[in-house]
Amino acid sequence: MLHSPVERVAEATPHAIAKRFRGLSDRSLAWLFVAPSIVLLLAVNIFPLIWTIRLSFTNFRVNRPNAEVEFVGLKNYISILSDKDIWLTMQATAHFLIWTLVLQVLIGFSLAYLINKKFRGNDLWTTIIVLPMMLSPAVVGNFWTFLYQPQIGLFNYAVGFLTGADPSSFSMIGDVSLAPWAIVIVDTWMWTPFVMLICLAGLRSIPDSIYEAAECDRASKWRQFWTITIPLVLPFLMLAVLFRGIENFKMFDLVVQLTGGGPGSITELTSINLKREAFEKWRTGYASAYAVILFVTVFGLASIYVKALNKVKQR
Amino acid sequence: MTSFFDGLLHFRRGAWEMLASVLIAAGVFMLMQPFALVLYSWSFLVTLLGTVMFIIVSHFPE
Repeated sequence: MLHSPVERVAEATPHAIAKRFRGLSDRSLAWLFVAPSIVLLLAVNIFPLIWTIRLSFTNFRVNRPNAEVEFVGLKNYISILSDKDIWLTMQATAHFLIWTLVLQVLIGFSLAYLINKKFRGNDLWTTIIVLPMMLSPAVVGNFWTFLYQPQIGLFNYAVGFLTGADPSSFSMIGDVSLAPWAIVIVDTWMWTPFVMLICLAGLRSIPDSIYEAAECDRASKWRQFWTITIPLVLPFLMLAVLFRGIENFKMFDLVVQLTGGGPGSITELTSINLKREAFEKWRTGYASAYAVILFVTVFGLASIYVKALNKVKQR
Repeated sequence: MTSFFDGLLHFRRGAWEMLASVLIAAGVFMLMQPFALVLYSWSFLVTLLGTVMFIIVSHFPE
């Protein structure tokens, strides 16, 4: 009489297969189960990374597969790190990254704090706020170009209504000084709900008993906020910043749909510039070196960030 | 400050990780700052040094 499902499966396994597996140790079995994932990881992540590093030292061009590939040493790296145009794209990326993170954290946390209060229609508001992040970046980019239209755009109309300025007197995506802010606004609109959700998870994980104890000690609301809420939500907030930081460092689709990197190259972020080098100019070796520089930057930042996150968790 | 240098001398993880983190942060700042091209040119080397150092020293004893 077989009782558990495990025993029934063991009984149903053909004798030849069962015999082969019975000879394996636990360690071998563990490796057997993990091996497909490791092989896939090596094939899809590690091998392309090593190949990219190799290509970064050559003048290889993927549109000329039969041309002789020469080893150029550090020439690609030196060329990138002395190019003023690439330096400008790095600055554009920094502007985008810093402002989106600041705005998303401030607005996301504030929204989460409000939503965490018990009020009627709480769930409905959460669903409405979360809607933008469910849309495709391509769709968001396209419809914000309509919202930013100087003649018919709702955004220009709203700004005109609030400030008294003529709505057709400015173009968010056509003006050199406004375009960097245009992409910041759209990314903040789209991804603030993500930060809000993570903060909300953090806020809801704080037990009420801690606040009740603070109330008994006559701690003010302000003190409760700084000594209970912020420290306990901080790991969640840092996680949100890590995710958004890495995502925004490689931001591509939204900005391409919205401004295409223009006007001029004022909103050309590093990923857009990299794509142009790799698939429009077909300088594969050069683009590989560019990708390696970006990879090391993100990897380094992520390393210190994860270390900081672990420290905060241990507190 | 003394404990930091003491940690460096005795190859303790905390102090060396701190040094690596400072190098990475400095490298990223140099990469994205708008002030001097020469800082931008040296940024990758500083970030790479910091990142490699971070990977190595994270195996040091506490």
